[in-house]
Amino acid sequence: MTATATDHDATLDRILAEHAGRPGPLLPILHAVQDELGFIPPAHVARIAEALNLSRAEVHGVISFYHYFRTHEPGRHVVHVCRAEACQAMRCDQTEQHAKRTLGVEYGGTSADGVFTLEPAYCLGNCAAAPTVMIDEKLYGRVTPERLDAILDDWRNR
Amino acid sequence: MGVRIYVSRDAAAQALGADETAAALQVAAAAKGQSIALTRVGSRGMVWLEPLVEVEDAAGKRIAYGPVTPELVPDLVRAGLFEAASNTLRVGRVEDLPWFAKQERLTFARVGLIDPVSVDDYLAHGGFAGLRRALTLTGAEIVHEVLESGLRGRGGAAFPTGIKWRTVLEQHSPQKYVVCNADEGDSGTFSDRMLMEGDPLCLVEGMIIAGLAVGATMGYIYLRCEYPHAGHALREAIAAARERGFLGPDVCGSGKAFELEVRMGAGAYICGEETALLESLEGKRAEVRYRPPLPAIKGLFGQPTIINNVISLASVPIILERGAAFYRDYGMGRSRGTLPIQLAGNLRHGGLVEKAFGITLRELLYDFGGGSASGRPLRAVQVGGPLGAYIPDSQFDTPLDYEAFTAIGALVGHGGIVAFDDTVDMARMARYAMEFCAVESCGKCTPCRIGSTRGVEVIDRIMAGKDRQANLAQLESLCETMQHGSLCGLGGMTPFPVMSALKHFPVDFSRDR
Repeated sequence: MTATATDHDATLDRILAEHAGRPGPLLPILHAVQDELGFIPPAHVARIAEALNLSRAEVHGVISFYHYFRTHEPGRHVVHVCRAEACQAMRCDQTEQHAKRTLGVEYGGTSADGVFTLEPAYCLGNCAAAPTVMIDEKLYGRVTPERLDAILDDWRNR
Repeated sequence: MGVRIYVSRDAAAQALGADETAAALQVAAAAKGQSIALTRVGSRGMVWLEPLVEVEDAAGKRIAYGPVTPELVPDLVRAGLFEAASNTLRVGRVEDLPWFAKQERLTFARVGLIDPVSVDDYLAHGGFAGLRRALTLTGAEIVHEVLESGLRGRGGAAFPTGIKWRTVLEQHSPQKYVVCNADEGDSGTFSDRMLMEGDPLCLVEGMIIAGLAVGATMGYIYLRCEYPHAGHALREAIAAARERGFLGPDVCGSGKAFELEVRMGAGAYICGEETALLESLEGKRAEVRYRPPLPAIKGLFGQPTIINNVISLASVPIILERGAAFYRDYGMGRSRGTLPIQLAGNLRHGGLVEKAFGITLRELLYDFGGGSASGRPLRAVQVGGPLGAYIPDSQFDTPLDYEAFTAIGALVGHGGIVAFDDTVDMARMARYAMEFCAVESCGKCTPCRIGSTRGVEVIDRIMAGKDRQANLAQLESLCETMQHGSLCGLGGMTPFPVMSALKHFPVDFSRDR
C-alpha cells in the first residue's frame, strides 16, 4: 500500500514535535523522515524550514549535500556496492558491473520491478573480506558476481 | 547452565554469516537436547576465520573453530563441537595462535572476549577502572596524564591528544563539549567500527573521562550512517551505562554530570575532517571551517570542544588505569603506545592487529597478513586511507612510525593498510583518487572542488596516450596547486596517492592500453 501525502504530513508533524528543542536538529529530523518514508518528500522542505526557522534554501542545501539523503521514493530494498580501494583490490569492479547489468540500472536507479535501488558506497568498513555489498542494513562480504546473484534472489523473494 | 558458546556480532562476522551460524547452533543444540548459553561478542579480529565459534571446554578454556559457516554446523555438532572435540576447523585457543599471541592488545584488550553491551562483563574485565581513578584526580591532573602518555590523535592527524585537552581545559565557558569523531570513512579502516561494536563501553568511559578532565557535560558520538551495527551497539551500551549511573546528572555519585548521544552522519567523507563534522552536527552542510579559531576554543555551537577519534578516546581508560608511563613505554620515537592496525584488501589473513609502533610494513603484510589472498605477488600497498601514499615493495621495511612514514612521503593515518597484487593498474588507482576527491569535496575551496575534476580529465588523457609528457607535467602542477592551495586534507592530500603512484609505478602511466 502506498502512503498518501496526508500520511506523510502526519509523520512529519510527529517527527518535528519529537525533535523540538533539540540542539542541531536538522540531520536527525531528515534521518527520521527518511527512515520512516524511505525518502524526503520535496514538499516537506518548506515545512521543515518553517519549524526550524531556516530558509528553504538552507534545508534544500543540506539535503542535497549529503549522499545518503534522497528525494525520490526508492525500491523496496537499497543495494549499496562498495567501490573503495580495499574492495577494488579484490575486484569489486566485476561485482559492480554485474550489479548494474543484472538490475538494469546505473547508480541511483531503481530496477524495473521496483525491488532494488542501486547506490555506490565509499567504504562499508568490511575491508578484510572484500568486495562488500550492503542491502538495507544487512552486510555481505566476499561478494563475487555469482554470490551477488544468490543474495539478490534471496532478497527478491522476501 | 549449558555449554558456553561465543559467536561474534561484529558486522564483518555477520557479513560472512555469523547470524546464520548462531541460529544454526541453537537449532542443532535443541535437536540434540543440549543446553547451550550462546553469547554474541565482538570479533577477535581474525576476519579470515569468521564466522569464528568459541566453545568453552570442561577446563573453562575457550576453544575456537573457524570459519564455521552455517551449513557446516549440523555435522560439526554431530562430531562433538559442544564437547570442544577435535576437527579440521579447530584452531585451539585464540591466545595461543601466533597471529594473536604476537599482538599487544591494550585498547582492544576486551574486544571479542566480552558481551559488548553488558556492564557486568565490562566491569569483570577491568572496565571503569580508569574512570574510578580519574574521579580522584583534578581536571588538570587527568590532562597531564594524557599528555605524558604521548597519545597522539589516532584519526590520522597524530596531533597530541593532551594538548587539545589542555586547550579546552584552559577555556572559561559555561558549556563545553566532547565530540567523538566516529566518521571512519577511510577505505581499509575498520578499527573504530570494531571497537564500537566489540567494546562500546570503553569509548563511553573514555568520553566520560574527557568530560571530567575539561569540565564538559555533554558528549556526542558522530557516527557514519554506513555503520548501523555500531549504532545499535553504542545505543545499547549508553543505555546500560546510564542505568548503572555511569552517565547522567551524577556520574558515579561524583556530583558531576555527563550525558552522551549518538548522532548519525549521512554519507559524506568530508565529515571525518573535524570542522566539517562540527558543521554537520550543528545541522548544516558539512563545509570545512577556516582555522583559527580551533575547535578547542570555538567548536560545537561556538563552545570549547574536545574532538577526538574513537581510538584516541578509547585509549584513555587504560592510560588512566595503568598510568601514562605504562602506555608510553610502548612504541618508538615520538610515536608512543600501540596502534590498532587494519589489514585489508588483497591479503590472505586480513583483520585487526594491535601492535606497538615500530613494526615494519613487511612484517604486517607477510607475518601477519600471510601475503596476498590471490596468491600473486604484492605490488603496492596504500596506508592511511584514500589520501595516503601508495608504497612499493622497496619501502616495505619502513617501520610504522609517524615520522618515518612522513620521511618517505607517506602517511600512517588511521592505520589502515590496503594491499594490492600485481594485477593492479596504478594509473587507474590514481584516477580513482581524483574521482573520489571530486565526489566527496565539500566544494568550499577551488583547488579541491575544481582541481579534482580536472585531475580525472588529465589522467584520462595520460591513460589514452594523448600528449603524454605535457599532460604528466600538467598533472604535477595541478597536484602542487591542490596540495598547497586547499583548505583541508581532502584536496591537500589527494595528491599523495596520485603522485606516489606516478613516482613508484611510472610504467603504468606510460604504457599503451
